[in-house]
Amino acid sequence: MTFLTRLLASFALVLALSLTAPMASAQVNPTQSSVTEDALFQALGTGPVAGRTTIPDGNAGYLIKPENKAWAALQGQTLHTLSIVAVVGMLALLTLFYLLRGKIRVDAGLSGRTILRFNAIERFAHWTLATTFIILALTGLNLIIGKTVIMPLIGEAAFGSLSTAGKIAHNYLAWPFMISVLLIFLLWVVHNLPNKVDLEWIKQGGGLLKKGVHPPAKKFNAGQKVIFWTVVLGGAALSYTGVMLLFPADAGTFADWQFYQTVHALVAAAMSAIVIAHIYIGSVGMEGAFDAMGSGEVDENWAKEHHSLWVEEVKGQSATAKPSAATTPAE
Amino acid sequence: MARMKFLCDADRCIECQACVTACKNEHEVPWGINRRRVVTLNDGLPGERSVSMACMHCTDAPCAAVCPVKCFYTTADAVVLHNKDTCIGCGYCSYACPFGAPQYPQTANFGTRGKMDKCTYCSGGPEPDMSQAEYVKYGANRLAEGKLPICAEMCSTKALLAGDGDIIAEIYRERVVTRGYGSGAWGWRTAYGETVTV
Repeated sequence: MTFLTRLLASFALVLALSLTAPMASAQVNPTQSSVTEDALFQALGTGPVAGRTTIPDGNAGYLIKPENKAWAALQGQTLHTLSIVAVVGMLALLTLFYLLRGKIRVDAGLSGRTILRFNAIERFAHWTLATTFIILALTGLNLIIGKTVIMPLIGEAAFGSLSTAGKIAHNYLAWPFMISVLLIFLLWVVHNLPNKVDLEWIKQGGGLLKKGVHPPAKKFNAGQKVIFWTVVLGGAALSYTGVMLLFPADAGTFADWQFYQTVHALVAAAMSAIVIAHIYIGSVGMEGAFDAMGSGEVDENWAKEHHSLWVEEVKGQSATAKPSAATTPAE
Repeated sequence: MARMKFLCDADRCIECQACVTACKNEHEVPWGINRRRVVTLNDGLPGERSVSMACMHCTDAPCAAVCPVKCFYTTADAVVLHNKDTCIGCGYCSYACPFGAPQYPQTANFGTRGKMDKCTYCSGGPEPDMSQAEYVKYGANRLAEGKLPICAEMCSTKALLAGDGDIIAEIYRERVVTRGYGSGAWGWRTAYGETVTV
């Protein structure tokens, strides 16, 4: 009995020793089998090397983020060039258009009678959006090309103060901008749903290219609808990415920040170019167009040429409204 | 002139955080700002290593490439410094930095980013060397006093090395040869486009 127990015990001991022996020899120099930078880079590719740190900020745990240099090149070179091309390119196109086509006149001449096109609320929303957008666009553009255009002119100290003021303006005016984008959307979305009239308008090039051509349009023509959706969708994209950039701690990590900044810059460049064209056609580019947003009252002949179906609608409404108003007392 | 670099020998670093504390004390860095930090890789696992990391003072620094106001400059010692008077606190350098060096105090309204702060390699800023104005904005200028950065100078295991890149690379190379292993010059390939080969 005892012999059998001893035999079993000694057998178990031998078994245990034979199992632990290889593990013991592997632990001869534990420091040698350390993690190396080369091995990590090979395993991670361009991914970040991350570990643990005692700082509460989770982003502090990233030790090396080699791919950040790719974004630095994109931001410092590609976006810089693209923004300049978008803005300068559009200005050049418009100058060319002005030289070839000239100012688009009201063919029938001004009638002297006016129709209300945009009421006070519509004009307020438009001008809040316009002023905030222009300041946001200029202060944003300053971050891209200011260092090559303005800095050599006024020096580093003045440029620093100017850009600081610009950053503050950008951060705070973003909020009225976002509110007015929402307001514009609510006011005009009904009039900006695409329909069959737009196809005809596009087919005729909007009458922009030839004198005397005036395709029919409702309150907004296809070109204006493009502006509307650019502003609403672009404005929404700028708002979302902008808020993320304002509060980076709540917006994820460096990869998210880089993504938001890139989208913000690209959308801003595209929107700036389109809005420059919008400003052109609403001011020097077309006779009678500015009044729509200036006084809100447009000349009847201008309206008939550019928004024929809308004029019919407005006239029809007032024509049917008057008899009904006249018949009311009789009832 | 010397090309100043940092090299953290992770096989010696014991994660004591003394470099972090010494840096905060030397420059009276505001609360919440860490010019240097220690990151532990494979924490709690066999082969765990800790690396002390700050601004690596890169060659062709990505922060300088993205700065919208060109506030970065490189000194004759190849130290990357910045001008806080010009900085607008946009945050782009922190998106671009591979090492998480740029830090921002929450000084403006609603806790938004103030002017960027980072490791100066203990060599101040654009103000006159060792002036009060320089100290307030950037901290001590030990390089102007003929001393090396405090983090490396007081490192108890001499894991963190600072000085001319060629010299500290040679010291590290000797160590690797003597002890037979080394986990690499962390961050060098990313910062300088080359690493220490043994």
